[in-house]
Amino acid sequence: MTNAIIKTENLHFSYPAEGTPKVVLDGVDLEIQAGSFVAVLGHNGSGKSTLAKHLNAILLPSGGKVYVSGMDTADESKLLDIRRTVGMVFQNPDNQIVANVVEEDCAFGPENLGVPPAEIRARVDEALKAVGMYDYREHAPHLLSGGQKQRVAIAGILAMRPRCVVLDEPTAMLDPIGRREVLGTIKQLNEAGGVTVVLITHHMDEAAQAGRLVVMAHGKVIADGAPREVFQQVEALRAVGLTVPETVSLLWELRQEGLDVPLDALSDEECAQALFRLLS
Amino acid sequence: MALKDITLGQYFPGTTILHRLDPRAKLLLTVLYIVALFLAKNALGYALLAAALVAAILISKVGFKAVFRGMKPVFFIVIFTAILNLLYTAGAGEPLLSFWIFRIYWEGVRSAIFMVLRIMLLISCTFLLTYTTSPILLTDALENLMGPLKKIKVPVHELAMMMSIALRFIPTLIEETDKIMSAQKARGASFDSGNLIQRARALVPLLVPLFISAFRRADELAVAMECRCYHGGEGRTRMRQLKYAGADYTALVIGFTLCGGVAALNLLGVF
Repeated sequence: MTNAIIKTENLHFSYPAEGTPKVVLDGVDLEIQAGSFVAVLGHNGSGKSTLAKHLNAILLPSGGKVYVSGMDTADESKLLDIRRTVGMVFQNPDNQIVANVVEEDCAFGPENLGVPPAEIRARVDEALKAVGMYDYREHAPHLLSGGQKQRVAIAGILAMRPRCVVLDEPTAMLDPIGRREVLGTIKQLNEAGGVTVVLITHHMDEAAQAGRLVVMAHGKVIADGAPREVFQQVEALRAVGLTVPETVSLLWELRQEGLDVPLDALSDEECAQALFRLLS
Repeated sequence: MALKDITLGQYFPGTTILHRLDPRAKLLLTVLYIVALFLAKNALGYALLAAALVAAILISKVGFKAVFRGMKPVFFIVIFTAILNLLYTAGAGEPLLSFWIFRIYWEGVRSAIFMVLRIMLLISCTFLLTYTTSPILLTDALENLMGPLKKIKVPVHELAMMMSIALRFIPTLIEETDKIMSAQKARGASFDSGNLIQRARALVPLLVPLFISAFRRADELAVAMECRCYHGGEGRTRMRQLKYAGADYTALVIGFTLCGGVAALNLLGVF
């Protein structure tokens, strides 16, 4: 094995149902390298959230295997070790916050792990500073904005000192400002904190910021690579109901018209450059 | 309906000595005070207890207004108890007043006044406890004080956890109730017109979505807690450690003195 922190092998999962079981994951092989920032993109029902829940043993595979730092998630004796290695942040911050004081909530994870009190204090302070919520440590969570709440939820996971954080559509319920806050925090964690990040999303612009992009549809991985390369497969993405960033879409249309433009412009700036070169 | 006015378990942050006391000491002090209330048999005892509470309220700086506001919902019960005591206490001497089938004796007046005082002091002192102690500390204190019960298989940790989660979700659910109410009103529902039965029926379209969403929240919270390695109280540590200090011992001594004092005053037998 290389430096993979998470590895899935031929992962299958189906919900039991009347008659034929409903297949959600249909053979997913994925390796996530330690320290990377991976976005998993997919439409509703593509199986991306189900995949996320397999990464720290909330769901166990119906077929195939998931390994976290070499530990099989089906091994119940390793459960706590797996969950402290891979932390998980969900969509609705309200339903993840346990305590009614920010710092108490942040302490919940380390308390469960039996960390000594002084050490918990240090970890909580560090985690709250990492997400920029230290000044709010004595606030009641229900008085914070959505973005702030989600950052508290992230801090609650960070206080467990996980090596990897899986975020399942963490910005889906937030306003644009909240989204920017949370995304900034996630990127910083990965770049400055060296934490492996797996971001489940259906926003193109969020996915575009990752180092690697995995696209899922019908329980399978249909594209995997750098966002720049993946977004060039415009037809394949559209076929599964996903759009591409507007910049790529524009260049693609131009290309359909027979113009010679590159497809790999993700930012407005790059797109403008490409158009400028075309015109000059 | 003013849902935001609910004072149950409301906490006024502060830095007075009453706020800083160990929550366990405060809880015990409250229990002692209640015991003293039930020991009191004469006016002197009640006067002593009332004076102690007034002093405590002054020290806490939460203000009498807040304490009285908390008493509003029980006002009806207080009046009701007072009337019952007044009418149904039989006395030895001549009745002070008699009409229809009722006879009011001096003993009735006395027990009505004492009962009203007792209920009001009881409620005020518990409100003072919740006003000066954050819910999370209160839960910690309960868990800590009930610790010995674990030996006889009482799920102390689970109870404390349930209580703190309930407290955490009160504001969230109130907010949600407000939202659902607005949504139903926008579709023509009316919550404050019609007779009692109509009003009760109007609550059904409010309660059904509220319950469904509460169950969904509970489900998500359970998963989130598992993700944060929650596995019951075993092997769990706490960031905040409770520690008794000098002031806490003094407070407890005052509590015991109060109990003893009231018991001693009973012997004087004034009124």
